[in-house]
Amino acid sequence: MNSNSRRATLALALLAAAVLLLVTVAGTALHDAAMVTDFSRKNLPPSLTWLFGTDWMGRDMLARTLAGLSLSIRIGLLTAAVSAVLALVLGVAAAALGGWVDSVLSWVIDLFLGIPHILLMMLLSLAFGKGFVGVVAAVSLSHWPSLARLLRSEVLQLKNAPYIRVAEHLGVSRLAIARRHFLPHLLPQFLTALVLQFPHAILHEASITFLGFGLSSEQPAIGVILSESMSYLTTGRWWLALFPGLALVGVVVLFARLGDRVRALLDPASVHA
Amino acid sequence: MSLEGQNLTFFYPKKKHSPVLQGVDLTLEPGERLGLSGPSGRGKSTLCRLLAGYERPKSGQVLLDGAPLTVKRGRPNSVQLLWQNPELAVDPLLPLGRTLAEGGPVEERLLEALQIRPEWLRRYPAELSGGELQRFCIARALRPATRYLLCDESTAMLDLITQAQLWAFLLEEAERRNLGLLIVSHSDALLRRLCTRIQVL
Repeated sequence: MNSNSRRATLALALLAAAVLLLVTVAGTALHDAAMVTDFSRKNLPPSLTWLFGTDWMGRDMLARTLAGLSLSIRIGLLTAAVSAVLALVLGVAAAALGGWVDSVLSWVIDLFLGIPHILLMMLLSLAFGKGFVGVVAAVSLSHWPSLARLLRSEVLQLKNAPYIRVAEHLGVSRLAIARRHFLPHLLPQFLTALVLQFPHAILHEASITFLGFGLSSEQPAIGVILSESMSYLTTGRWWLALFPGLALVGVVVLFARLGDRVRALLDPASVHA
Repeated sequence: MSLEGQNLTFFYPKKKHSPVLQGVDLTLEPGERLGLSGPSGRGKSTLCRLLAGYERPKSGQVLLDGAPLTVKRGRPNSVQLLWQNPELAVDPLLPLGRTLAEGGPVEERLLEALQIRPEWLRRYPAELSGGELQRFCIARALRPATRYLLCDESTAMLDLITQAQLWAFLLEEAERRNLGLLIVSHSDALLRRLCTRIQVL
């Protein structure tokens, strides 16, 4: 990658991050506006005043959508961070400690990966009492195994790499080897996985909320909006589902793009570009 | 004062009935240049790994000055192995200057003698050729604590001129510091030219 396309990539990544930040801030500011009901303006189709239309209680759908996305993004950040850290700790522990620790952790990873994802999250959310805590626990406890497995194999491979063995024989301390050799190899994988975890987390949060195992219905969550709008679709109120759905897809695509850019920037082959 | 392998036997996991090495004896004195030859698959590289402490023999022992060889964390080993593939022996994400400094500061004289150009220090391994990387590996292995250097086919993939340059340097350096050299090669002509003694595996 030459320096020009590196700059373009960086610009795109920053732009995506800025849009996401804007949505988060706007949604938080609009949280109260999203709750306002006004029956004099109910069921209005999209117009210049009400860009996304209004629902059966006269709530502004634009405000509700932004507030919902903002909540989704915040939950996504939290759960992606928790699950990535969990994956880092468990994956590195499995590889570094080996023996029975590795066997147990590998078994747990296989167990988690073996259960259908959505089912696992529903079970976890129920076990943690649904609501905000249930969603956060379900999403963060179900997303770590694939990254943990990746980091485990990476550490195993590094441990026996000739250059690490040479460093040991040259008398380099354990800490220096970890900092100089392990960190630069693991960090790109970790950061990329962290960013790419967001879209998954957001979609899954919306899905289990949609299915009724997540956030409670008074919260302006995208999953709640979508599942409520289902009953109004047949009466022709298409805007209730379309715009929030498109906005959700847009945010997820933005995060996925951001992850791809981060990966391109951190890719080992492009380090010296 | 010697590096000694006594009755060394080694097999890889689950290959107990076809050991790579069985009952091999070898002694390397300081200042000596011992050649090791033999067909592929006889365990020449494995023997080097045992002698440098990268693997432990399944039976027999490696003695350094009469005491069992141990590799301690944070302490440089006085037996250094020069790997067959230099591109695997350097971290691909580290500029070579930092790889080189891993064994402590390197004398300017070594860099000059090995014709390592200063601008190479800022480059990454993918930007240099195998021969250039091997020069870094040699400089890195020749830290002050090193007393025995095991060269496992270290110049096999280099052109003849580079080979000749590197060996001329290594012989001179070994002479100066009274290093013991173990030279593994498939080329008998090379071993006859370089070594004071040849052992066939």
